[in-house]
Formats: sequence, structure tokens, C-alpha cells
Amino acid sequence: MRRRAVAWWFVAPALCVISVFFVLPVAAALAMSVTDFDIYALADWRNLRVVGLRNYVELLQRPLFWKALGNTLYFVAVGVPLSLAASLGAALLLGSPLARLQAVFRTALFAPVVTTIVAVAVIWRYLLGTRYGFVNYALGALGIEPIDWLGDPRFAMPAIILFAVWKNFGYNMIILLAGLQNIPRELYEAARMDGASALARFRFVTLPQLGPILAIVGILTVAGYFQLFAEPYVMTQGGPLQSTVSVLYFMYEEGFKWWNLGNASAVAFLLFLLIFAVTLVQMRFARRGEAWR
Amino acid sequence: MSGDRRGGKRRGVRRRRVAAAFAVNGLLVAAATFAAFPLLWMLAVSLMAPGEASAYPPPLLPAHATLANYRELFAAAGMGRYLANSVLLAVAATALSLVFNVMAGYAFAKLRFAGRDRIFKLMAAALVIPGQVAMVPLFLLLKNLGLVNSYGGVIVPALASIFGIFLVRQYALSIPDDLLEAARIDGASEWKIFGAIVVPLLRPIIVTLAVFTLLGTWNDFMWPLIVLSDQELYTLPVALASLAREHVQDNELMMAGAVVTTLPVLLVFLALQRYYVEGLTLGSVKG
Amino acid sequence: MQRASDVTVVRFWAMGREGEVVSALIPDFEREHPGIRVDVQQLPWTAAHQKLLTAFAGDSTPDVCQLGNTWVPEFVALGALEPLDAPIARAALDAGDFFAGIWDTNVIGGRVYGVPWYVDTRLLFYRTDLFAQAGVTRAPASWAEWTRALAAVKAHAGAGRYAMLLPSNEFEPLLALALQQDEPLLRDAARHGNFASAGFRRALAFYVALFRDGYAPIATAAEIANVWSEFGRGTFASFVSGPWNIGELDRRLPAALQSTWSTAPLPGPRGPGASIAGGSSLVLFRASRGKDAAWKLVEWLSRPEIELRFHRMTGDLPPRRSAWRDAALAADARARAFRDQLERVKPAPKVPEWERIADELRVIAERTARGDMSVDAAARELDARAERILEKRRWLLARGARD
Repeated sequence: MRRRAVAWWFVAPALCVISVFFVLPVAAALAMSVTDFDIYALADWRNLRVVGLRNYVELLQRPLFWKALGNTLYFVAVGVPLSLAASLGAALLLGSPLARLQAVFRTALFAPVVTTIVAVAVIWRYLLGTRYGFVNYALGALGIEPIDWLGDPRFAMPAIILFAVWKNFGYNMIILLAGLQNIPRELYEAARMDGASALARFRFVTLPQLGPILAIVGILTVAGYFQLFAEPYVMTQGGPLQSTVSVLYFMYEEGFKWWNLGNASAVAFLLFLLIFAVTLVQMRFARRGEAWR
Repeated sequence: MSGDRRGGKRRGVRRRRVAAAFAVNGLLVAAATFAAFPLLWMLAVSLMAPGEASAYPPPLLPAHATLANYRELFAAAGMGRYLANSVLLAVAATALSLVFNVMAGYAFAKLRFAGRDRIFKLMAAALVIPGQVAMVPLFLLLKNLGLVNSYGGVIVPALASIFGIFLVRQYALSIPDDLLEAARIDGASEWKIFGAIVVPLLRPIIVTLAVFTLLGTWNDFMWPLIVLSDQELYTLPVALASLAREHVQDNELMMAGAVVTTLPVLLVFLALQRYYVEGLTLGSVKG
Repeated sequence: MQRASDVTVVRFWAMGREGEVVSALIPDFEREHPGIRVDVQQLPWTAAHQKLLTAFAGDSTPDVCQLGNTWVPEFVALGALEPLDAPIARAALDAGDFFAGIWDTNVIGGRVYGVPWYVDTRLLFYRTDLFAQAGVTRAPASWAEWTRALAAVKAHAGAGRYAMLLPSNEFEPLLALALQQDEPLLRDAARHGNFASAGFRRALAFYVALFRDGYAPIATAAEIANVWSEFGRGTFASFVSGPWNIGELDRRLPAALQSTWSTAPLPGPRGPGASIAGGSSLVLFRASRGKDAAWKLVEWLSRPEIELRFHRMTGDLPPRRSAWRDAALAADARARAFRDQLERVKPAPKVPEWERIADELRVIAERTARGDMSVDAAARELDARAERILEKRRWLLARGARD
């Protein structure tokens, strides 16, 4: 019995911190989302009113919210498959028995993940420069006209997608590599003896075996990409013409630029609900895929 | 005749394998270049003279490598202060959070207490909530505690993390129960068991978690940006973001700043990457 | 603000280029005021608004701060700023020496909350040679003359060349035209939008016609590769902008072209018109504990000779008429148009919500310019959006809050 009491002392510090500095603020945010907290209320809390679901309703009527949602969905729909393909490709290459100097390559491929996003965003801003940037220089060698990556509303989001994929693909690559290395050799041997080509081995051995891990990695990547914020904040400030305003960037501006905390909290919860719903759908698909095997 | 054909087939197979090896390694080189080139270019530009990088075609290497940008950063822009802040905050947050997370992770794995499993499930659910939801109320809470615009404001919220607890718990599950039981029968207190037996066994995951936390707090940008308003308290990422918005034209200076911000974490990672990678794979193999 | 021995430290936050430059002036101030040390912190403009509000929420505001004068109403509504009527009277700072419209931006509810530091407005930059070739020898002074001049220049210009550049995602030109009207932009003590008024609709119609009649291309600022070189090449013969472009054009255009451009005050509906009262003020925060020392800094920076030094270092225009009597500034031909325009500047509505309404103005103006909406529909939409934004203000006023 004393052991149970002592056990509480082990978890109490961590649970305290998490309750006070995470759970409590989240609950407060939920509460704030049904008020019209703004700078007037900041000056004098008597200027606060409870407005029920009005923030949510008004949000759904604001064009900028829908634009932010569209931008974020664009980022997720294009970025996630690209990122997963890059991670899987890199993992396959690294895991191949033909690869040499694997430790060196693995370090190089993973290096972008550990860097600070602010520093690499600064680097990429110069790489994407219209006149002196490397990307345009390389494109020029292929005969393509210089593109104003960060100033043209059509190309800003693709630039951000490219940057995000570059920064993150190493993370999933490591996980997928571990998954690949867990696939029993005998399965490949059996397939080779049945005369299966490399492509067929990939389709019928690798992919199904990786299925569960791919599903988890996919779910986590989607959830992560929905939370796009730092890249637009550092590189484009939501521009040009609001083409890189993501839902979280919109929330940040509402909350910290205009101090409409009621609205900002409502945005955050809408995003949470969206991620939650998408995750549930993905999990159902994953389970169905499992059962199908 | 059949011998010739077999020899021919073997040669063909070998040729195909050589071609495949070229393809695989060639692609790896290309991929590694794609990944590492921006970082190497960052280093190169940081050593260039001011204005040298704004040329067409863009230069790959400095004509005469110079440390002038770094001198300017540390002398004029006060980088030394920001570096010190980053080191202080990262180390303090890591050391303290290790204590909190390891204790809790072990307890969730090996100690029984009321509601253990229910609390654990709640924490798992909480992982889905995006951190930014809590930012504004957390800021107001810290203001009332007097922690805004201080080191405490950055460290205190980072003292415990659900992910850290999960990681430790996952690893601690593998500690043999009989070892602990034997120590208990011998009359050792839970604290003694923890210190003498558990912590040494957990050393690998402690190192992994330390690396994770160190990297995470060093690279953290959003929260210090919000909580710190005095320039003297800025960490490197915040200072760099601030400098980048003002000195849009000074490529070389900004790259030097980026190197100073990135190099320490890269070095830590290079030294301890085995642990980091292990931790990632461990975290993905969820129970 | 700390007190170490006998030295008072004044924390001064300044933005952008002004923040960089003012540090060079500080040693002279400290020499004259031995007991005071000034700690300048520079904020980039893109993060300044957010940092200031965060500092207010976190009780870590500085002593003195540079504030864009459209932000003053917001911080007054927060109760963050210290009224300066008393120190101004004690220092016998002559409010009449400042341009009236500029001084007015700092007066909220009858009290003064800031001292103008530098001014900014919008007026016409134009190619005198291209205008002369089209037969326009004098800068237009009224809307009618303006339209005639633009038509003449357009007729004379070739294909692919325009009489004027109006980036379709900037709202300042439209705002200036709207301020030239007699009707205010918000009515009933800023409880409602007044965009349905005849005056605003006239301004919007004039603005839209500039695009529709082909005088200005429909392009955002980002789509024009380099405004200055295009101006030099004659792709467009005029544009509406602020004082910083005098320096930019001086630097970027070749010497041969320097005599071919000039500035002129904005034409108004019936004669020389009003323009935007822009610029920054110096304010004191109410939470400061060193207000006396902080005020000394503000007073020192407001001296005409210091303002002139600041002008020479930044190119920003001084807010005091006495500073403008300086020989170099008075002789500057291009600055003369600004001197003239500054006598006719009007502030934007002095309510915190104006920034958000200006944001909506920007979006709606662009859509109207592109022909997506009619002028009347745009006016109605602006009124609807202003109605939503001003709802809280109406509620506060109804409850009896002070204006």
C-alpha cells in the first residue's frame, strides 16, 4: 500500500506540470473560444462578453478563413504524398544491400531534420531568390525562365512545400528504414525463386509488409502537416496575396497581431476537430487495409 | 557448350548487379546532395565577403574565405549573448525535464497506483492536441505568475512532456520485474531501487531523451518568440528571425548567423546520432 | 527601467531604419543629460505590432516608444499610453509649429498622447518630360485636370505603356482620395461605416475609372518587377507614393534621368486635395517608472535641429514647420511638394478598429478595380464588414464607456 503512495510521488511532478501548463491552458482556450476576448477585454476584463458559438459561426463566414483552409489542404494534399514518397525512396536506397557508405549517406539525408527551422528558412529564402538564387540558376540551365518563387502567388506555396519536404523527409526515412530492415529475408528469397522482378518484389512483399508502419507514419505526417506555421511565418509572412496563410498562421495573426483571442481559440479548436476527423478516417482506412490482407 | 552459356549468364548477372549498384549509389549521392547542399552552401556563403553572394551566376565557394561576418555577428550584433542564452536554456530544460520524465515514465511502466492506466490513456489522447491551442492562455497564466520575459517562462512549460514519458515508459517496460521484486524483499525503498537499479538500466533511453529534448528546446522558435520581449534574453532562433527581417540584403551575415544557430545541434547530433535514431525507431514501434 | 546608482535608464523601442539610425544620435543626448542612459531596442516593422501588444499583456512595455500614428488610437483604447498635455505645456512645446493634420493624429478624446517624430504622406510622382511631350506642362491640380492629363499621356504613349501605376493591392491611394471628401469615412462617432456616402462612392468611382479607362494597368505590387526601373523606362509616367521614394529614385535612376521627374501635391475634387496623415509619433507608456527622464528624450528628439539631423540621416520628413525653414530642405525642389501637401493632410479615423477596416478596404478595392464588383456593391460590402468590426465598439459606447 505504501508503494502505491510512493508511486504518486514519482509521477506527481510531471503530472503537475502537464496539468497546469498544458491541460489548464487548453481548457481555458476552449472557454475563451465562446467569448469575445479582444484588446478591450485585455484592458479591462469587464469588457468581456460570453457569446456562445458566435465566433465559430462568424469564422465560417470569413473568406480569409476559407482561404487559409484551402491553402492548408493544398499543402497537405501535395506535401504529404511527396514527403512519404521521398522518405520511402530514400529508405529503399539506404536499405539496399548494394548501397555503400550507408552511415555517411544516412547522416547527410537526416541532417535537415535536426536543423533549426529559422536558420534553414533563411538559407532557402536566398536559394529561392529571383535573381541570385541557386534554384533559378539551375532551372536556367534547363532553359526555364527565372521564377519569383516567394513573390508570385502561384509559386509561393509550391516553394514552401518543397522546403517542408526537404526538411522533414529524413525523419520518416529512418522509421521506414527500420521497418524495411524488419522484413524477413526469406520472403524476398521466396519471391525471387518464384521469378519475381524487383518491381514485383516491391509490390507484393515490401509494400504489404510495410503497410502498418506506412499507415502510422502517414497519419502522423498528415497531422503534422496540418499544423503548418513556421515556414510561412519565417519565409513569406502569409503572402504574397495571402497565398501562404495556413490555418495556424491565421490563428496566430488573430491571436497575437489583433489580440482577438476569442476568435483565435475558435480557430485552434476547429483545426483540432479537423485533424481529429481526418485521423479517424485514415485509421479506418488503415484497419480496412489490414483486414484486406 | 552449356558451360559457356552458364558463364555468359553469370557475367550478365554480374554486369546487371554492377549497373544496379551504380544506380543505387548514384541516386543516393543525388539525394544526399539535395539534402546537404543547402547546409554546405550556408557554410560557404558565411565565409564570403559581404556582397559576394549576390552575383550571377551564384558562387559556390568564397574567393577568399574570411571570418569577417562572424566577427561582425559577435561584435556588433551581440551573437555571443544569444548563444549563451540558447545554451543555458537548452541545458537547463533538458536536465530538469529528464528528472521529471524519467521518474514518471518508470512509474507508469513499473509501479502500480490508482488510475494509472486511465491517466495514461488520457495522456495518449492529449497528444493529438496541437500545442498552439494552449499558447495564448499559457502566456496569460505565466504573466500572472510573473514568468513572462524571463528564462523561467521558457523552461517551466518544458519541464515535462507526454512524448518523453511515453518514450521512457516504453523502454522501462523491459526491465525484469523479478529484479525489482528481489530488491523490495531485501527491504530497499522505492527511491533506492530507482536510483541504484533502474536509472543505470535506463541509461540508453535517458541519453536518447536528452538528445531529443536538447534538440527540441534549442530549435524551439515560436514559444520563446512569444514569451521573451527583452532582446537580451533572446535565444538564437529568435534573434536570427529578428535579424533576418532587418538585414534582408546582407546574405553573408545571415548565413553566418544560420551557421552559428545550426552548428551546435548538428555537432551534438553527429556525436550522438545512434541514440537519436534508436529513439525514433523505438518510438514508432508502439506497444 | 532600472536605477543603478544615480543613472536612470530609459528603454526606447524603435522600428526599422529609424531604430538603426537613432542609436547614432543617442550619445549627444546622453552628453547633455548626464544622469540618463538610453537603451535602444530595435524592432522590425513586421513584428512590431505583435511585440508591443504582447509586451502590454506581459507588463513589459518600454518607457518611450516609436508608434506608427495609426496605432495610437489602439494603444489609447488599451489605456497603455500616458497623456502628454502636462509635459507639453511645461516644456512649452509649440503644438502650432507642427503640421495641424499630423498633430491631430495624436489627439484622442481631447488629450494628446504622442509627439510626432516624422511625417509621411502620399502624393504624385511623375515624369515631367513624358507629361510635357503629351502637352501637359503643369502638374494637375484638380480631378478634372488630372483625368485630362492622364488621357493626354495615354494617347501619346505607345502600346504597353501607361499613364499611371496604381498597385491594385495597395489601399493608400484610394484612402487619400476618400479623405479628400467632405464626408467622414465612419459616421456617428465611428459606430458605423459611412462607405455608402456619396463622397466615398465618388472617390471609389474615380479610382476604379483610372483602371477601367486604361490609365493604369491592373497589377499587384509584386507583379511589377522593379518599380523604379520601370518608371525610368517610361512604362508608366506617374505613381502615388511617399517620401522614401525621393531617395530611392535618386539612388536608382541614372544621372541622365534625374531631371525628368518631379513631385506634385495630390489633386482634389475641386482643387489641390488632402492626403493621408502618416508618420510615427513618440509615446510614453503609462506603466513606465521613469517618465520624467523618458519625456526629456522625447523633448530632445523634437527639437528642430535634431529633427533636421534625423532627416539627413534617414530621409524621413520633419513634422515641424520650423525645421522645414532649413536652407537645404527649403531648396529641395521635390520636397517642396511635400511641404505643400503636409498643410492639407487628414488623419484616418482614430479608432482601434480602423486597421482592420483598412485591411478590408484593401481587399474590396482590389476586387472592384478588377471589375469583380460594382462601386455600389463594394460600398455596401464595406459598410457590412465595418458594421461587424465595429460591433464591440458600439456595445462599449452604449454601456457608457468614454470615447
